[in-house]
Amino acid sequence: MKWFWYASPQTFYPLAGRIARWSALGAAVLAVCGLYIGFFVAPTDAQQGEAYRIIFIHVPAAWMSMFIYVVMAVWSALCLALNTRLSGMMAAALAPTGALFTFIALWTGSLWGKPTWGTYWVWDARLTSELILLFLYLGFIALRASIDDPRRADRAAAVLAIVGVVNVPIIYYSVQWWNTLHQGASVSLTRAPSMAATMLAGMLVMALAFWLYAIAVSMVRVRCIIRERGE
Amino acid sequence: MSDFWAMGGYAWYVWGSYGVTAVVLVLEVMALRRRAREAKT
Repeated sequence: MKWFWYASPQTFYPLAGRIARWSALGAAVLAVCGLYIGFFVAPTDAQQGEAYRIIFIHVPAAWMSMFIYVVMAVWSALCLALNTRLSGMMAAALAPTGALFTFIALWTGSLWGKPTWGTYWVWDARLTSELILLFLYLGFIALRASIDDPRRADRAAAVLAIVGVVNVPIIYYSVQWWNTLHQGASVSLTRAPSMAATMLAGMLVMALAFWLYAIAVSMVRVRCIIRERGE
Repeated sequence: MSDFWAMGGYAWYVWGSYGVTAVVLVLEVMALRRRAREAKT
């Protein structure tokens, strides 16, 4: 791969279009499969009944909210270190989708909390740090919008994104570091998952669907940004 | 079929989650389509 060849917005533009098309198609197919597994294959949970089916969007959305932020911070670091035009554009293209997944994670979590914990919201470490993540995304978007010169906006927002990345491990480890109402991780790389195989399958398929969706929309958005900046 | 939509009494929570997620994603795609059209002109 000629990475620096694609670091130029003009050469990246057609590639982004192809990536967007294939990712969108993949996302649609996987979402249908994931929802089918989630609603018709996965069994009813012994403790939570049907309410647990929120997991198939809640967990993937929460993963995406953190993952997109890290990717955005990496592009921001590249923007500051190498001063390439495309890096700032990529960071800008990811932010709205990241904010959206953060909102979905909070919203679905709230609707899951009511039947299982008896409350829509508590100020526990996991929920609070995820809410801060939403504010970081919104701050990033607002800061960019408030600076007229796009290259300066890129660099200013990049600093915010990099500083804010410290929040991501706090969200991830919050359930271990503090005594939270939110449960610990159901899936980890170091031990067997604590759920039925079909539940896990549905969740992973939905996570992949969200992944491809995020790639598709951010590629379309970066194309808009490239055009809007007259590249 | 009505059993399916009732979600064992958790309909509001389950469909509230899936419904809002679907609406938000559709709105993002629509807004992006509009932006892409405007960027091309």
